[in-house]
Amino acid sequence: MELSKVDAIVDNYRAEPASLLAIMQDVQDVAHYLPREIVEHVAKRISVPVARIYAMATFFGSFHLEPRGKHICTVCMGTACHVRGAKRLVEQLERDLKIKSGGTTTDMMFTVEEVNCVGACALGPLVILDGEYRGGMTSGSLTKIVEKLGKDEGGK
Amino acid sequence: MTVKFTINGEPVEAQSGQSVLDVARRYGFEIPSLCHHEAVTPYGACRLCLVEIAKGRRRKLTTSCNYEVLEGIEVITGSPAIRQHRAMVLELILAEAPDAEPVRELAKRYGVVISRFKTTRAVAGEGPRDCILCGLCARVCTEVVKADALAFNGRGDKRGVGTPYSEASAPCIGCASCASVCPTNRIVVKDTKDMREIWGREFALVRCDSCGAPVMTEAHRDHAVKLGPLPADYYKTCTACKRKSLSGRFAKVGS
Amino acid sequence: MGRIRNPKELHSYREGLVARRTGSKKVIAVCCGTGCNASGARKVAQAFVDEIQKQGLAKEIDIRPTGCHGFCERGTLVLMHPEETLYTRVKPEDVPEIVEKTVKKGEILEKHLYDDPVSGAKHIKEQEIPFYKHQERLILGKNGLIDPTKIDDYIALGGYEALAKALEMGPDRVLDEVKRANVRGRGGGGFPAGKKWETCRNATATKRYIICNADEGDPGAFMDRSVLEGNPHAVIEGMIIGAFTIGSDEGYVYVRHEYPLAVKHLTVALEQAREKGFLGKDILGTGFGFDVKINRGGGAFVCGESTALMASIEGKVGEPRAKHIHTVVAGLNGKPTNLNNVETWANIPLVIEKGADWYTKIGTKGSPGTKIFSLVGKVNNTGLVEVAMGMTLRQIIFDIGGGIPKGGEFKAVQTGGPSGGCLPAAKLDLAVDFDSLWEEGSMMGSGGMIVMDDKTCMVDVAKYFLNFLKFESCGKCTTCREGLRRLHELVTEIAEGRGTLDTIQLIEELAATVEAGSLCALGTTAVNPVRSTLKFFRDEYLAHVNEKRCPAGVCKALITYEITDACTGCLVCKKRCPEGVIKGDKKEKHVIDTTKCIKCGICNDVCKFDAVRVY
Repeated sequence: MELSKVDAIVDNYRAEPASLLAIMQDVQDVAHYLPREIVEHVAKRISVPVARIYAMATFFGSFHLEPRGKHICTVCMGTACHVRGAKRLVEQLERDLKIKSGGTTTDMMFTVEEVNCVGACALGPLVILDGEYRGGMTSGSLTKIVEKLGKDEGGK
Repeated sequence: MTVKFTINGEPVEAQSGQSVLDVARRYGFEIPSLCHHEAVTPYGACRLCLVEIAKGRRRKLTTSCNYEVLEGIEVITGSPAIRQHRAMVLELILAEAPDAEPVRELAKRYGVVISRFKTTRAVAGEGPRDCILCGLCARVCTEVVKADALAFNGRGDKRGVGTPYSEASAPCIGCASCASVCPTNRIVVKDTKDMREIWGREFALVRCDSCGAPVMTEAHRDHAVKLGPLPADYYKTCTACKRKSLSGRFAKVGS
Repeated sequence: MGRIRNPKELHSYREGLVARRTGSKKVIAVCCGTGCNASGARKVAQAFVDEIQKQGLAKEIDIRPTGCHGFCERGTLVLMHPEETLYTRVKPEDVPEIVEKTVKKGEILEKHLYDDPVSGAKHIKEQEIPFYKHQERLILGKNGLIDPTKIDDYIALGGYEALAKALEMGPDRVLDEVKRANVRGRGGGGFPAGKKWETCRNATATKRYIICNADEGDPGAFMDRSVLEGNPHAVIEGMIIGAFTIGSDEGYVYVRHEYPLAVKHLTVALEQAREKGFLGKDILGTGFGFDVKINRGGGAFVCGESTALMASIEGKVGEPRAKHIHTVVAGLNGKPTNLNNVETWANIPLVIEKGADWYTKIGTKGSPGTKIFSLVGKVNNTGLVEVAMGMTLRQIIFDIGGGIPKGGEFKAVQTGGPSGGCLPAAKLDLAVDFDSLWEEGSMMGSGGMIVMDDKTCMVDVAKYFLNFLKFESCGKCTTCREGLRRLHELVTEIAEGRGTLDTIQLIEELAATVEAGSLCALGTTAVNPVRSTLKFFRDEYLAHVNEKRCPAGVCKALITYEITDACTGCLVCKKRCPEGVIKGDKKEKHVIDTTKCIKCGICNDVCKFDAVRVY
């Protein structure tokens, strides 16, 4: 992401330190994570210590300091989904993709994440795959979907 | 404005704006703390300074470091319940700070010699041993030194404190104020003849023009000069030599 | 028409809208809340638009994508006005037939009707379905009639009339009405809103803020999401009335980051409200000015706590602060701030429109009005339920919820999210309101109601909540950060068969300190799940400790997977076993090597013959 785009976002909030959270969110919406050079640039532009931005980026769960994979698999871990077996879905993804939850495959194709309740509880257990909500998931159906995504990428 | 209230049944007097903790200690009542320091604003993190405060018909357990005195409150500093809570808090802290002398001593005073909780986070090499997350290092760096090189990071059981990205922090001036306030001596400062190593960075030391003792780091001096109001010359000599030269000058006054 | 300049213009604008809408068009409301969207609701709505267009019926039929109708279990829901016919589980491919037969000819297609899972009875009208019949949908009811991206839908139903009335009443009379109505905070605290407003109003300051807390973080709760997605104007109108009464010109809605649709609809609603002059300067010609900004949360449950929320708006991490000085006196930026929950704000226009006397007749004396609950988990009719306060747990879970699915047995209901507790069958006749559940060690909280059956392990439930809370804790205070981490460790020991009676003892001792010594309600209430499960399900804990057994068959370390004689030897589980520990040829009973089994549960998932037993 070019720094000029970052500047446009910062200017949109009149470079106000109070808007730090919103600035970080808007930047991540474009860059998909928070690259270090952008963090340092924002720090300079709004006169806030890098330490504080780093604190915000590691405090709030929606921020990522590392680039993520092309396909993001988010498993809802809300209570209703938990009671319907959400943990098994995470374990299935960890087995299939050989990474730990929160991580990204080395070929940068898949990221597995957990989120605390997206409010679609009737459809639990739920997985959000590339922004699409997929309800009533089982380990079996999840494996099939991931396999297909992998094949579409050219045989994994 | 004078404020009158009671501590453990005894009438006490204070000025509005003062904390219950400071007033209680002034009167000789014991209230332990680990995250409190007079140089920075109270934070209320360690939970050791808990006292019971009754205001009218309301009674609650609250931290005394950040509770401003109020007319007519009744403060209890050491009931059995409070002591039990302090003991449990110390047991929690001791588990991850087993080598920290001040923590061990304080825990012993409350009857805690070993913790029933396992040392898990602070296992050798895996986590910051003896960091009790009091935040004094970061708070001093921000409020007093005004360098903002350190901060809390993460959240919950993954909370830590240190430099961003756990790497050398550009605004750090190597003053070691953080190390001097750390209650568990966790921050490592390595001084050699010309250099100081701290938080992953090396700093050139300024040595006293008169006696050669270390005064401060160059970065610290530059920072102090920038903040003002004292000029760069002021930092050419160490405190001891400054005193000598001042007393020499005073001796000459009137002669 | 652009700006509405005074109440009279509002009345005539509404009358104009109503006149144009009465009698002429049929309305087909397609539920497009997040739940139904996940079931393809947008495609269903588009299919209707296309089909109506194709058939040349666009002038007579209005396709209206609406917010959540609440009956999430049966999505995608299609509600046809004025007949009030409800079709459930509608797919895009069903649409042409529905248009041809039901819309054009009035013919009911039974296959789309709701059918009772126990009696098999089918219902045509929404109001006859037990799920809806027992509800009192004062707030959610309008969701079925409003396209949240069209302010005219809200105005046509009487929207913003309460604002006009409030402006005429003046702040003193409005405050009096809200106090008399005893509207209590719906976010979980249950604090009287009127009293909060009054303290804020009386605090000496040149600036006051209004905040809507939409950081609904309790897992399993989505009431606020549905109100914001489906009827954002109700919340906005409430906030404007509040701002007028308290004396504020600046408001914020703090919405959880995980609710993008709510943010989108709220943004559109605010713009349209501004266009009409309900926000901005000189609202309805009274000289009063107020506007609202949206702040998105960053993904932190603790930011539902008011001081943490305010810190986040100030650009800082969401660390709560001590509350001996209340936020109504010194809150956001150190100024008096009145924060209320989404559902609380949505109640305000109703109170002003119909009056406190009407409002207090609903619900109980201590808890007037209705409450929206999210009824989820092991229950047949999962969804959002709005009932008068005072209805019992039994009525909600069985009469409305339709009981436990797949022949399971009710075991517990968890209310109040991570701050609440689990209540057993013996407590099913408790009335649900702000005060009754407190005494039993739980709370109504924000409205999350999670039903659990005999296959739910209560030790596992306690472990789940402690895991959630230790992760979400801001980490500032020792009691919460270290305390919750250790409580989780201890409960995990029990779940893994390494616990002793001393473990339980230590849990109880530690819980007392976590509760007494923590800075904010996250910490102080975090002990409720483990405490309530120890209180009501102690036997289960003792089975884990003394017998190393998990009665519900959940805790991995204590269960065994076994294939029964129902096995047909189909080889499916053998192929799918990730560890390859199932042996057996085709048509031969398969056997699991229990020494190598990792208890992933896949064999149980894929077996079509119910031949896997967990014990």
